[in-house]
Amino acid sequence: MSEPSINFTFDGRTLKARPGQTLAAALLDNGITLVGRSFKYHRPRGILSAGVEEPNALVTVGTGGRAEPNTRATDLFVYEGLTATSQNRWPSLSSDVGSALSLAAKAMPAGFYYKTFFGPPKLWLVYEEFIRRAAGLGPAPTEMDPDHYATRAAFCDVLVVGSGPAGLIAARDAVRSGKKVILVEQDAVIAPSLLRDPGEIDGKPGRQWAGEIATEIRTAGGKVLTRTSASGLWDDQFVCLSEKLVEPGQEPANGFAQRYWHVRADEVVLATGAIERPLTFANNDLPGVMLSQAVRTYINRFGVVPGQRAVVATTNDDGYLTAAALADAGAEVVVLDSRAGPAGQGSGLTVHNSSAPVAAKGGKKGVRALTASLNGSQHTFACDLVCMAGGFTPVVHLHMQTGGKLSWDEAAQAFVPGESRWNVRTAGLAAQPAPAETVGAAGNAKQAFVDFQNDVTVADLDLAWREGYRSVEHLKRYTTLGMATDQGKTSNMAALDRIARREGKAVPEAGLTTFRPPYTPVSMGALAGLATGEHAQPTRRPALYDLHAAKDPIWLNAGYWKRPRAYPRGAESLAEAGLREARAVRRSVGMCDVSTLAKFEVQGPDAVEFLERVCQTTVGKLAIGRGRYTFMAREDGLVFDDGTVWRLDESRYLLTSSTGGAGRMATWLSYVRNHLCADLKVSVVCVQEHYAAIAVAGPQSCAVMAKLTEAEAPRHMSVTEAAIAGAPVLLMAASFSGERAFEVHFDASHAEAVWQAIEGAGCCPYGLEAMELLRIEKGHMVVGPDIDGRLTADELGLGKMVSKARRWIGAATLERPDFADPMRKQFVGLEALGGGSIPEGAMLVRFIGGEAEGHVTGSGLRVLEGGSIAIGHLKGGQQRHGEEIYAYSPTRKARVRVRVTSPHFYDPAGERYRD
Amino acid sequence: MKLIPCPHCGNRAQAEFVYERTADSVVPLDAAPAAAVAALFTRANPRGMDEEIWCHAYGCGAWMLIRRDRVSHAIEWVRPIGPEVLP
Repeated sequence: MSEPSINFTFDGRTLKARPGQTLAAALLDNGITLVGRSFKYHRPRGILSAGVEEPNALVTVGTGGRAEPNTRATDLFVYEGLTATSQNRWPSLSSDVGSALSLAAKAMPAGFYYKTFFGPPKLWLVYEEFIRRAAGLGPAPTEMDPDHYATRAAFCDVLVVGSGPAGLIAARDAVRSGKKVILVEQDAVIAPSLLRDPGEIDGKPGRQWAGEIATEIRTAGGKVLTRTSASGLWDDQFVCLSEKLVEPGQEPANGFAQRYWHVRADEVVLATGAIERPLTFANNDLPGVMLSQAVRTYINRFGVVPGQRAVVATTNDDGYLTAAALADAGAEVVVLDSRAGPAGQGSGLTVHNSSAPVAAKGGKKGVRALTASLNGSQHTFACDLVCMAGGFTPVVHLHMQTGGKLSWDEAAQAFVPGESRWNVRTAGLAAQPAPAETVGAAGNAKQAFVDFQNDVTVADLDLAWREGYRSVEHLKRYTTLGMATDQGKTSNMAALDRIARREGKAVPEAGLTTFRPPYTPVSMGALAGLATGEHAQPTRRPALYDLHAAKDPIWLNAGYWKRPRAYPRGAESLAEAGLREARAVRRSVGMCDVSTLAKFEVQGPDAVEFLERVCQTTVGKLAIGRGRYTFMAREDGLVFDDGTVWRLDESRYLLTSSTGGAGRMATWLSYVRNHLCADLKVSVVCVQEHYAAIAVAGPQSCAVMAKLTEAEAPRHMSVTEAAIAGAPVLLMAASFSGERAFEVHFDASHAEAVWQAIEGAGCCPYGLEAMELLRIEKGHMVVGPDIDGRLTADELGLGKMVSKARRWIGAATLERPDFADPMRKQFVGLEALGGGSIPEGAMLVRFIGGEAEGHVTGSGLRVLEGGSIAIGHLKGGQQRHGEEIYAYSPTRKARVRVRVTSPHFYDPAGERYRD
Repeated sequence: MKLIPCPHCGNRAQAEFVYERTADSVVPLDAAPAAAVAALFTRANPRGMDEEIWCHAYGCGAWMLIRRDRVSHAIEWVRPIGPEVLP
């Protein structure tokens, strides 16, 4: 082992580590055994393991936005400048006030949270602050993560998870039969087990053998990924890999901290090995009580001997390897073997058969002594290290994540992978763990820990069992066993053993909880990849975006679209600009970009037949060059969208519908065309972005259009072809604002020329704020708040327009008797009786405290005269015009007395449309 | 993530597809009121095989009928739907 040369800090202390050490190894090397405080009772905790299963030694690593809480010190390789901080302690690790909680442990038994949540809610308010401060792990960083996370997709013939001897052999065999291989290893080196237990394979030193296979895989075009965790396995061999490009908290050289892989493999080989089990005895959570293989790893791989007077408590042969390694390193060793047989004879070690630990003694400085039962009598050994060799739990997580079955291996006392639905097989120790005995829990059950990370003791399991939580699934939720960040990697089997014994059943009959992804925690950043900030969702820019941007408008995100909300002049506020723009439309003429409208070209001999199914209005009577307002119902009879339909030619129609519902409408038309009308001769094409569109509205719009097109403007609800600025346009006379108005549709490539020509003719650009004021005053609905998919055409006040032929989709369902209820909600107008605006979303009540009989869907004002008005849904509203009620919003502390009216506040007869 | 064999594109990841509804919830254009209500609101929800309508929405856009085991997700067959498959 090389000299300590890497500087790092732990709780502010500057220390040195040797290259290749984990933080846990470096801490042990520096004589630090107290690493953290436990989750619930703040008990002193050290280092249990040397791998990803670590439940105790969790630290926060890094600073600022790069800080990563709950990082396992055993799964963190030291780098120059690493900053680690212990967690869940105050004011410091050695003098933690919360450890007084250990005394109060009786106050937080199993089911504490469960009982608290089922208790009176007011009690939870009392507990919450206390619990949130006392129980917890590291705090999440508050700053933005400065690093990037890459995402990559890959395909291979064989994906091998785990690069121990079994994984390497599987990968080598696949490569030699011409297959493309990806080999994944969560450790920093391949075949890390050969660093713990060096030996020869195929007549070569193990490390050399492993290195040659890795080279062979790479030479054949395969990949060997270290520091990469296979976090999830899904159907059809879909595997997610989380690859660390730098260690947690470390600044990446090229900006990327991790890479997240989506891999589709023809075959997956799980060579994931097995995790050693702790033994269950009193104070088995003290610093210095460690897993046996971990101790061997620290000695043989990291050059650290964790203790000088060791007791190795084993149920199997593997414990002797640790005892030998300790003896070779000069430590005093006593072996306690649970087995009666003569195992261990001839090893030169002091071995006690038929013996097992009962209780450890010690404190925050670590274990001092271990009391054990030796063939029935008790004996206490002074020691500074206890090694637990409790047998092996195969890592079956990935196998089980895709619904793989498990079988019981009696000799190993472990669940091993059974059948898989997919092309997934398990190799090595994960499939065939070494034989071991099981010994039950011993010592004071209140101090014998089963789940170290969530502080679940044998007494907690017993209490839950007495209270009737017999199924493992219930027991898990009641005690929180296995629910911490380690997901019970070291605790599951000990708990199952306890439950099985209480039930008088064999372990396999007691059942097992299901493993779910991820196997080890995955950074949120890795899942998000590059889809963060402005890239979190797509941005859609209408063809006229640059022209709008030049005017520096107030933008509105309408779905993914960027749309101008208003074009303020000088110091104008949004409301002032919106009102000025709306008044320009009422008094002279305005123009608005409506390119985002959904647009569909419907063509073919059966186009009318198709449209009469989709639209609730008649379409068949439309003459060429005419259009009409229309709306569409779902199969349940409720209106879900509206728009206009125009007959451009004998069998060619243009259908427009709402911006927000564009995607839904495209899917719906495709569904209707393919599933309900497959025999029709009709083609439906979405032309939403092919056409740009500008609305020109106001009393002078007719004159503007006539001048620009050098032709007579079409009359209301007529369409003509014309040219503006040399660009061919469709000129559709339709009004959303209530004024005489036109929609000019044209190929989006002409957007700027057409806009500039219309603006040059004296039109005032207006945004969505003005459009809202205009259409609410007119009583025109929008899809979303007004047409919300819950009202029928009648209830929306559109009944007179509904086609009497009733051939439209939804007609049959609309005959349900419930739709005849006159007290269903209906579309109404609301007029404020006092001052103040009517809050959008406010509920409509007869008296304050009364039942909510509806709500405000849109709030505006009379554009020219002033005065607050609104539209909304109200029970039985169409028969309640004139009634005075309240618009009441307790969350905004607003109540406004309103009169129910018709929603058409402006020009109800529609005289302003006509010339 | 499952692979779904699109009749036009072959095996593609499930993320490219959108589930529409079960085949028995399609309301024919000429359905009587009671039949329409039954199709929409009283579904069979069987344990085991069922026929479902899916769309390769983030791929070729084709509609298809998939017979799938709702316990194991195993797909028995996939058939294209639409005007182009009419006799």
